[in-house]
Amino acid sequence: MRILPVGLTGWLVEAETGDAAAALYAYLRERSLPQVADLVPGARSVLLDSAGLTEAALREALSGFSPDVAPDFFGEAVEIPVRYDGEDLDDVARWAGCSPAEVTALHTGSDLRVAFCGFSPGFAYLTGVPERLHVPRLSRPRTAVDAGSVAVAGGYTAVYPRRSPGGWRILGHTSVRLWDERRTPPALLTPGTRVRFVAAS
Amino acid sequence: MIHVLRPGLLSTIQDLGRTGLASLAVPRSGAADRDALRLGNRLVGNPEELAGIETTVLGADFRFDSACWVAVTGALCGVRVDGRPSHVDRPVFVPADGVLSLGAALDGVRSYLAVAGGIAVEPVLGSRSTDTLSGLGPPRLAVGDLLPLGTAFGVPAEVDWTPRSRAPAAVRLLLGPRDDWIDLTALGDYVVTSASDRVGVRLRGPALARTRTEEIPSEGMLPGAVQVPPDGQPVIMLADHPTTGGYPVVGVVHPADLGLVAQARPGAVLRFELSRRSRS
Repeated sequence: MRILPVGLTGWLVEAETGDAAAALYAYLRERSLPQVADLVPGARSVLLDSAGLTEAALREALSGFSPDVAPDFFGEAVEIPVRYDGEDLDDVARWAGCSPAEVTALHTGSDLRVAFCGFSPGFAYLTGVPERLHVPRLSRPRTAVDAGSVAVAGGYTAVYPRRSPGGWRILGHTSVRLWDERRTPPALLTPGTRVRFVAAS
Repeated sequence: MIHVLRPGLLSTIQDLGRTGLASLAVPRSGAADRDALRLGNRLVGNPEELAGIETTVLGADFRFDSACWVAVTGALCGVRVDGRPSHVDRPVFVPADGVLSLGAALDGVRSYLAVAGGIAVEPVLGSRSTDTLSGLGPPRLAVGDLLPLGTAFGVPAEVDWTPRSRAPAAVRLLLGPRDDWIDLTALGDYVVTSASDRVGVRLRGPALARTRTEEIPSEGMLPGAVQVPPDGQPVIMLADHPTTGGYPVVGVVHPADLGLVAQARPGAVLRFELSRRSRS
């Protein structure tokens, strides 16, 4: 693993794969290193927002890490019921060369996991999407996408936690509340969480 | 209570922001010039992290129900109490029903109003800061808003350390994590553009070319990160920056210089002074 300096006191640890990055994040969370104010998982990395953690101490902490150990940390899968009535369902079906019903079957048949959060609070990038559903973002993003919109783009799938602009292709909608500022944690889908989508009638 | 009489261009409530939630894509937010807010709080006898008001370029006017100590810090501006000229960087007494005016910024972008007891609106996820990117926290101030105050802590400080070297010629840039993705030989003077905001200071100058063409997988960023988008014009991330980004971060501005960056007006020239942190 490569360790790169970030600013005065932060570190970026690179992992070989997305799965290894997720395992590394889980490992570092469980270690709860002193002087680390925050851990930010990325697609292939974990950022340590630290105040004075030395490289030697970080290397020492990482010496016990193995990317092959699947952490229990990820827990049970969260099931999210979805109405597959999205604006872009037919487009995605054309892209995948199949019917909308088959898109739904591919999407609900996938074991997904939150790789990292980004873009806006509670927006979780889910990995484990079948390759046929790896579609590009819209060339012209929408100025407003409703909370609860379930979408795919760039090899990931996600649920928009709040109303926001967005360029992902919308497959459907859920009424599950992804983001609640009064809840701890406020996001339903935190890094590492396993997810399964279920077709709602 | 404080009544907002004139909110100016963009006035927001800011403290030192939200921490510990970056893994959920919650930006840190908080005062863009953190040292200025801290100074204001010390001057009125507050803990440094209490919420104050950040104005942008055009200042703002407020009326106070009760007598109160305040301090104006950050961008230099004309301060008036009931029309009479007063001071920046010092405790200022506002009588009951008094009107406090912060004039247009004379040498920076953002002035800070610290009030004894702090602005006591309801916190969201541990902070009272308005996050202009994500919409978390209280809305930007509008005419007629009423802001509750906390209980004053004690006597204001008579003097404090008030740095005012506002010529941000050289900004220290700590290289990494992705300095090997960018050819830095073209690096020169950069002009702050008017497209800058609380999310980032957008620069215009010599374009920085990529040495590697592949996409960078999204990765975490810290405040002060200097991101190089495809057009090669660097962006310095400020308080409301997104927690992750997909363009290479060539370096991070030294935290002690970030206030200067936040106060750099459109047209100001920045020059990066490169350094590599020792890896002991």
